[in-house]
Amino acid sequence: MTAPLDAPGKTTEVVPEAVLAGAGVKAVQGRSLGQIAWMHLKRDKVALLGAGVVILLIVIAIFAPLIVDVFGHPPNEFHQEMIDTSTMTPKGGTGISGDFLFGVEPVNGRDLFSRVVYGARISLLIAVLATMLSVVIGTVMGVMAGYFGGWVDTVISRTMDVFLAFPLLVFAMALVGVLGQFEKNLGVTGDTLRIGLLIFVIGFFNWPYIGRIIRGQTLSLREREFVDAARSLGARGPYILFREILPNLIAPILIYATLLIPTNVMFEAALSFLGVGIQAPTATWGGMISQAVKFYNVPHFMFFPGMAIFITVLAFNLFGDGLRDALDPKSSR
Amino acid sequence: MVTYIIRRLIGAVLMLVIVSMVTFSIFFVVPRIAGATAEGFASRYMGRSANAEMIAVTAEKLGFNDPLPVQYGRWISGVFVGSEYDTGATIEECPAPCFGYSFIRRQPVWPDLVDRIPVTLSLASGAAVIWLLCGVATGVLSALRKGTVFDRAAMSIALAGVSLPVFFTGIVSLVIFSYGLGITAPGGSFTPFLENPVEWAYSLLLPWITLAFLYAASYARLTRAGMLETMSEDYIRTARAKGMKESRVVVRHGLRAALTPILTIFGLDLGLLLGGAVLTESTFSLKGIGDYAVQAIVTNDLPKIMGVTMVAALFVVLASLIVDLLYAVVDPRVRLG
Repeated sequence: MTAPLDAPGKTTEVVPEAVLAGAGVKAVQGRSLGQIAWMHLKRDKVALLGAGVVILLIVIAIFAPLIVDVFGHPPNEFHQEMIDTSTMTPKGGTGISGDFLFGVEPVNGRDLFSRVVYGARISLLIAVLATMLSVVIGTVMGVMAGYFGGWVDTVISRTMDVFLAFPLLVFAMALVGVLGQFEKNLGVTGDTLRIGLLIFVIGFFNWPYIGRIIRGQTLSLREREFVDAARSLGARGPYILFREILPNLIAPILIYATLLIPTNVMFEAALSFLGVGIQAPTATWGGMISQAVKFYNVPHFMFFPGMAIFITVLAFNLFGDGLRDALDPKSSR
Repeated sequence: MVTYIIRRLIGAVLMLVIVSMVTFSIFFVVPRIAGATAEGFASRYMGRSANAEMIAVTAEKLGFNDPLPVQYGRWISGVFVGSEYDTGATIEECPAPCFGYSFIRRQPVWPDLVDRIPVTLSLASGAAVIWLLCGVATGVLSALRKGTVFDRAAMSIALAGVSLPVFFTGIVSLVIFSYGLGITAPGGSFTPFLENPVEWAYSLLLPWITLAFLYAASYARLTRAGMLETMSEDYIRTARAKGMKESRVVVRHGLRAALTPILTIFGLDLGLLLGGAVLTESTFSLKGIGDYAVQAIVTNDLPKIMGVTMVAALFVVLASLIVDLLYAVVDPRVRLG
């Protein structure tokens, strides 16, 4: 960060600007932020692995019915013939075979593979949409607070403080519990209602995390020379906001959105584990683990959904960390 | 300093007012927007056996037809002076601090919570000690030995730690250590500290470690990042240049600066946990505040949920207040700025 003592400080400070402007000292090509990020990201094998797994998971979630059609059985289909009726556990311990890739559940013998695959759908759908909701609210609020300052900033910042002071899980549980009770008044029922509710609750309570970061970034961007330059050329508020500031916020938004998704995956799993998320018989990873608790002598029942959560969260975290390293010139490894 | 404390106290009170309003809204305004009627509320409190006429009478008597600000005021005044609920048939007493009255169980919420606070407090405090020590130590060592095998291994474990849900690690460790090897206490065991401290520690060992692992992982990552940043500051170079011992440079100059943001997060985390380590408690069947919240939701007992939510929020606000005050003691810029 600091220049070496013997270096001619002033000239070194000027050079990067000239290069960026395409002054062509040594025919240096101007690279966009995206290109630089991609260059960094390509070298980061771990992040690429994370990205690969993320893409794979999304594909699995989208094509879940197809995958289950080929490799498994419908997720809610009972296979009592796979169950040892004296112990209610799967025959042969797990029931894993070419037909049932992850084995079967105790008692009713549902196909674990299909349930884990379908669980990916719920998990990713809720996590991604909730993240999008947080990003939209957080960005709008953060940009407003940072750009307008004054009382707007005070009000929004205090609101964010209040949100951050909430015991998130308890509030989410309460809200889902309360709204779930009045479901007949809402016009939608069952999974649709629950999914919508979870997206809303998770997304709505998480926006201050993004909002804070965006506010800070906007605050510093607002004072930068290129914004001053635009303003002195006669640009008005909306132009500065959308053409000068917002494009520079894409990097932090991308990074923190990617890092918020795994948090939301965990959150959804936790709510389903506690029984306030998506209700049975719909397959969710958290819900499966909460059922598996009663069958700790059948460890594979808990292992597969647990690993599914682990791999999903880990993949998003690895990718997000890599993205941050690639997009943030300050971070070093 | 005094003005700072007063300002901060006023802020905390304001925060509590807002949090209480939001809590109230969740339970009374949100359902109303969703289309619930006063009778709908009353029937929640009456149970399923009541007929329509009884419900209408109760709705009136419990004040569900009153304007919302009146209902909010009544709820808040209950916290300070207690309240009575006239259900028509009986008058239910709820002495101060009345954080709600469960009509299903016919008992006030607050005494239940008081019963459960020791469990949650034991769980949170023990885990906090472990994760703070382990997390920070790992983070510092990793930062000092950046790029070594230790650093890579520690950070991989930390990343795995933040990626594993606590209810999964909890059950797996219960199955292995308690039911398999039999070296730790089974789920649901708790002995009050004053009764037998050794038994207390033994029964909570596994929940502590499980909960601490999750937090230690994220604290290690945070500490490492913070240490890497501070250790490249100019004043560290200065400290080294004047011949200070490396251990002193690291602890007194590096760690001290890196720790302050960690402490803020620590305060909030601890506050959140005191309001119920929901997942850990429900995984290990510990009868704490978080478990109470889960039970309340399972049994659809709205006053209980509302009470526990409010108390949980109270802990967070108090925790952040304490952290801020400590900050002012440690860092003069805060109280003067």
